Amino acid sequence: MSVTRDQGIIVCRDVHKWFGDFHVLRGISLTMQKGEVVVICGPSGSGKSTFIRTINRLEEHQRGQIIVDGIELTHDLRNIEAIRREVGMVFQQFNLFPHLTVMQNITLAPVWVLKMKKSEAQEIAMQLLERVGIPEQANKYPGQLSGGQQQRVVIARALAMTPKIMLFDEPTSALDPEMIKEVLDVMKELARSGMTMIVVTHEMGFAREVADRIIFFDFGQLIEKNTPEAFFHNPQHERTKLFLSQILH
Amino acid sequence: MADDLHTFHSTSNQLPPPSERIPVLRWLKQNLFSSWFNAILTIVAGALIVVLIFGLAKWALGARWEVIPANLKILLVGTYPAEQMWRVWTSLYIIAFLLGLSSGLRSGLIRRISAAAGIASIVLAILPFPWVTRGWTFGVAFAVAVGFGMGYLGKKNRWFKRLEITCWVLSFPIGLVLLNGVGGFLPVIEGRNKWGFVLNLLGAMVGIGLSFPVGVSLALGRRSKLPAIRWVCTAYIELIRGVPLISLLFMASIMLQLLLPASVRPDLVIRAMMTITAFSAAYMAENVRGGLQAIPKGQYEAAYAVGLNGALTTVLIILPQALRAVIPAIVGQFISLFKDTTLFGFIAILELLNISRSILGNLEWRGTIFELYVFIGIIFWILCYSMSYISRRVEKSLGVGER
Amino acid sequence: MRKKVASSHAIPFWRDIRVLRVVSQILFVTVIAAGIWWLLNNLQTNLKTAGLNISFRFLNNTAGFPISEGLRYDPTNVNGYAFLVGVVNTIRVAVIGIVLATVIGTLVGIARLSNNWLLRKLAALYVETLRNIPLLVVLFFCYFAVMLTALPLVRDSIRLPGFVFLSRRGLYIPSLVPTGSFGTWAWYLIGGLVLATVVYFFRRVQLKRADRPGFPIVWAMPVLLLVVIAGWFLASGNPLSVDVPVLKRFNFEGGMWLSTPFVALVLGLSTYTGAYIAEIVRAGITAVSKGQTEAAKALGLRRTQVLRLVILPQALRVIIPPLTSQYLNLTKNSSLAILIGYYDLMNVATTIFNQTGRAVEMILLVMGSYLSMSLLTSVFMNYYNRRIKLLER
Repeated sequence: MSVTRDQGIIVCRDVHKWFGDFHVLRGISLTMQKGEVVVICGPSGSGKSTFIRTINRLEEHQRGQIIVDGIELTHDLRNIEAIRREVGMVFQQFNLFPHLTVMQNITLAPVWVLKMKKSEAQEIAMQLLERVGIPEQANKYPGQLSGGQQQRVVIARALAMTPKIMLFDEPTSALDPEMIKEVLDVMKELARSGMTMIVVTHEMGFAREVADRIIFFDFGQLIEKNTPEAFFHNPQHERTKLFLSQILH
Repeated sequence: MADDLHTFHSTSNQLPPPSERIPVLRWLKQNLFSSWFNAILTIVAGALIVVLIFGLAKWALGARWEVIPANLKILLVGTYPAEQMWRVWTSLYIIAFLLGLSSGLRSGLIRRISAAAGIASIVLAILPFPWVTRGWTFGVAFAVAVGFGMGYLGKKNRWFKRLEITCWVLSFPIGLVLLNGVGGFLPVIEGRNKWGFVLNLLGAMVGIGLSFPVGVSLALGRRSKLPAIRWVCTAYIELIRGVPLISLLFMASIMLQLLLPASVRPDLVIRAMMTITAFSAAYMAENVRGGLQAIPKGQYEAAYAVGLNGALTTVLIILPQALRAVIPAIVGQFISLFKDTTLFGFIAILELLNISRSILGNLEWRGTIFELYVFIGIIFWILCYSMSYISRRVEKSLGVGER
Repeated sequence: MRKKVASSHAIPFWRDIRVLRVVSQILFVTVIAAGIWWLLNNLQTNLKTAGLNISFRFLNNTAGFPISEGLRYDPTNVNGYAFLVGVVNTIRVAVIGIVLATVIGTLVGIARLSNNWLLRKLAALYVETLRNIPLLVVLFFCYFAVMLTALPLVRDSIRLPGFVFLSRRGLYIPSLVPTGSFGTWAWYLIGGLVLATVVYFFRRVQLKRADRPGFPIVWAMPVLLLVVIAGWFLASGNPLSVDVPVLKRFNFEGGMWLSTPFVALVLGLSTYTGAYIAEIVRAGITAVSKGQTEAAKALGLRRTQVLRLVILPQALRVIIPPLTSQYLNLTKNSSLAILIGYYDLMNVATTIFNQTGRAVEMILLVMGSYLSMSLLTSVFMNYYNRRIKLLER
């Protein structure tokens, strides 16, 4: 069955995934439009991280369809590579390359994958560093930066590939509290500039401010999805209510 | 009030420690005589050392050290024809010159190395060797100095650095051609004629040069997700690591020709070098594997997320980190490889140790066994210790900028 | 970028990841298999040209060469038995070498951490010297220089306490010879073992009931010793007599003879490997952070308890894996025996080859022997590692 792009920039239909015997994703269906910001929340082990990792094929789904920007995720090598170039990802553990400087971290992929000229890539990198607020760190090594600065470099590194979609896997969970705000500010600016974002996070303040939709995951299933106001003030399911009571105190 | 604060300075009212005030005595008490047990140990050990040193000195003064200068050429270069010796010296000069060049262009460890080389050659030139040899030896220091001068002068030039690297890379094949000879241009020196210590060095260099890439490939193969590749690499590594090098050399000398078509007859030395490469690669693979295992999964994920494919990820991200982490183990393996070249004597190759045995067979040098082995031991010790020293310094300098 | 609209069916196989994975493996295996086939083909051709074949029947032929030490053997025995003698000789050298190397290594390793400056520096000198010279140089030094040159001739042997004689011929030590009453005493030995085992399990059950920690062996050992010693006195005469080497006209008679190559090999191997073991021991002890000792002392544990319950288990965990690989190295390095004339398995194999020309068969035998020894050690290592892991979880 072929797909047209009018249905949305990300289309997931009945996605299932198993880790051995464990059924981690149980029939997820979701459609996202371009420019939408979706926040996914839920208890740990509910499959939210696994879900967003299936979108850039860091995990393979075993049943159902995932279509990103009109390209379906299958075992087709060309499709996978194309999708990885359109989807950027920010990790909880930063995963910066410790043996390269900040500048080299950001320019690595554009030079080697997009075959850009080194000077061009460096120009773009400097612009991105300014955008995330740390242009002076360009020649330092990741180990010399604070957690918040590192995570901002990760965002810049992902943006350097000019992705259409940005995935965030609990980007602030590993940060000290005083550094969370600087990263969230960058993410808010990104959202306002029209980037399509899926963010797995516990930061409900961020969700309230910027999200177009909030999705609640539990036991591998999509329990509830709604606009922030409706989600927080009028949760439909029991499990959602329970979860909200636990995290909003 | 302010005066009181001033007198509360850290050095006022400070009393010296209760026991010996003289620092030397204090150190002795702490480190050598801190308890009855220690005191006894120190005395016994001290007595032992004194006895040993006196015995050693007595022997060293009465020893027949002439055996070494008389046989130096044979020990170091075997029966290399005398009129072609300039080729050996030239290769040495090339290395010395490049060392000097690099130390002029850069600073730090390399300067210490070339300084050591220069000083060593001057010291050697003072020792009682034949005058011709001394002249050649002194030339080494001269080459280092000239290289240093040129490097220093050309420090500003960006192209000079690129030239330097090219020269280093080219020096290896050029040296090989010089020593070995090429048909038509330089007379080829038969394998049996250039034995001696040069063979240990050559074997080590070829072994190190080849076993490193093979070992890294094996390590990557052993961690491959494709079971067929993983099995083959694991089988190779475990088989080679389970048998001694001598048995592999044995196989190379008696069985290899059975496995090859009758027309292919590789030289004995080539066979030995291939064997030691195959042997060392397996151990190298295990060392590199340790480094690979230490890389967190997130690095792979970040590389894939940013669009790098498997090959690029391995070369740009994984290997630089993994290799940096296991430098001590890798250099240790290099040192072992160098020491293992002494086993070539088992298949009748006249490397340094083997040649010394034939010297001892000579009636004239009967009984100089201790002198010879002490000399050989010192040569190996100096080279191996320098290698491990350099590796420790390199490790430290690479630690900069790392998390 | 191209706007690709693809469906989940009909992925061209040259882009399908699953296909690529399988195909690349098949290709790889094919290349390797082809290479091996080519080698074996050559082997077959060459053997046929030489008129040989691969068979192990030559192992039943008379050996015809002497082996001067080891199991009872004379040149009329068959090749297979000769090889076995070689294997036993290798094991002899390896076991004694391992024991000595461990002792030396532990002492030197601890010495490197001593608070006595002199001891520390001496130990460091020992380690740094031996680790930077080739084993073969050490072995040649021990054999040619020490044993054959520095030591005196047999008639001027150095006499060590306890009827031990050291000379250029080797080491002569007293041996224990069972006498007539050994049989009766052996029964006492067996009886003692049985009783000790009973006591052991009894004590174990007792401790379990009382729910206290303890070592049942502390009870079992004295029981065994008591029975054995009692049996010694009760048996008529001495069950074991000491055979002392006595210098006759040209040589010693009686006692046990350890040949020159053997002594040199053991000396060289244990000092060399001991240096490596010293480093391993040192690393293991320093790996246990100082905080552990402090915490244990703060809890009120005595010094011996701190060592036994806290330091040693953690240090051993770090020490045992590299230690085992050093043991393996020593065993493999014993193959250098051939260069100093000791009849280990490598030496015997080479001699058999020289006599029979059976290259492939001998290589297989030699590799097989060493691989079995390595495999055994790896199995033990994996078992040990798994046990440690379980204890940690």
